[in-house]
Amino acid sequence: MKISRSPWLLHYDASSCNGCDIEVLAATTPLYDVERFGIINTGNPKHADILVITGGVNAQSANVVKQIYSQMPDPKVVIAAGICACDGGIFKDCYNISGGTDTVIPVDIYVPGCAVRPEALIDGVIKAVALLDQKRKEAVEHASCQVDFSKRPAK
Amino acid sequence: MNEIVIMIIGIAAYLILAPVIGILVSGYDRVVTARMQGRVGPPFLQPLYDIIKLFNKEATIVNKVQTALVVAFLIFQVFTGCIFFSGSDILLVFFALTLADVLLILTACSTNSPYSSMGAQRELLSIMAYEPMTLLTAIGFYMVAHSFNVKDIICTDTPAIIKLPGIFIGYVFILVIKLRKSPFDLSTSHHAHQEMVKGLTQDISGNVLGVFELAELYASVLNMAVVGLFFITNKPISILWALIAINVVYFVILLIDNIFPRVKWDVMLWSSWIVTFTLGGANLFLLDVLKS
Repeated sequence: MKISRSPWLLHYDASSCNGCDIEVLAATTPLYDVERFGIINTGNPKHADILVITGGVNAQSANVVKQIYSQMPDPKVVIAAGICACDGGIFKDCYNISGGTDTVIPVDIYVPGCAVRPEALIDGVIKAVALLDQKRKEAVEHASCQVDFSKRPAK
Repeated sequence: MNEIVIMIIGIAAYLILAPVIGILVSGYDRVVTARMQGRVGPPFLQPLYDIIKLFNKEATIVNKVQTALVVAFLIFQVFTGCIFFSGSDILLVFFALTLADVLLILTACSTNSPYSSMGAQRELLSIMAYEPMTLLTAIGFYMVAHSFNVKDIICTDTPAIIKLPGIFIGYVFILVIKLRKSPFDLSTSHHAHQEMVKGLTQDISGNVLGVFELAELYASVLNMAVVGLFFITNKPISILWALIAINVVYFVILLIDNIFPRVKWDVMLWSSWIVTFTLGGANLFLLDVLKS
């Protein structure tokens, strides 16, 4: 049985303007209803499979993002939702913004948009769950779950 | 000899069928909840997919005792159900069930997470709220059947509900607390909590959470079976009434879950105690007066 049938989300706002956050919440409303795919928005990193980050990572939120990521049990997938989370967006050159989420933790799926549309986000999550299955398979083959830190660019 | 065979069949049926029924009930729960909110909702077998996923996940073990306590919680939950379905003492069932819950509280207390210990304290308050009513339920069954044994209670001529309507309503009331449904989902919830994230299960993760979910399935089947006990008599047709009653009660609990917001602990405590002592107490008092 594939584990992709029950992805639990954790949503963290790194420094978003709340535009993308509202769209993430909109995806759980009756119109979009992500629970159709078994997706639950859990607040607990220890229960989550998919980490959704909105907003560019700044000096204050970088440590929180790292900590949340390290608390999530393997296999796990990271989605950068919105253009700010993907590469910093219009805040890219600000003195306090370190850029996209991938400057802090390895990102698997990039979902651009300002703000990200719920349809695009659901599409990204569906891609992410396929990746979850793949990571689980790799973990079984290697007999352990290891985070691939080589994907993290040098600071 | 025949009695022992029936006991073993009851235990085996519970061990095998309870997770299956639990998953179906839980799936029904989630689909009906979604429909009440105008959503399509997850697939019917979603709870099964959740448990399979959890057993495929890595667990973050925060200390040495946590896993042992969660496994002990499962064992006591299953053990309690075995006592019930083998037709033994219902008083023992309620006490063993409390012991299982205490193990869960110890699990939550053993970690350093403030959310977890907050959930543990709220769970203690929940026990305080529902425990008097469970005792009155057991006493009520004794007054009707003159025995605490489940096998004697199901052999009466008239269903227990006729003599115990107040106790029945009181038991359904505390069932909302036991199943952790809104407005009494204080310690942990299937829905996202704002103020304390996941409460009791905060630090339980991966396959250990899978064990916890499995224990919850056994618990829900046992709790609903006690509802059925109010309707079962020595006539085989009464099993049908019991199943209908269980369905109606579960639907009402889901309706309450979707209508009411979460209350504070003090509201839970006084409301459950008022229901216990007015409905439960009055029911027992009248039963005693009418008998003599």
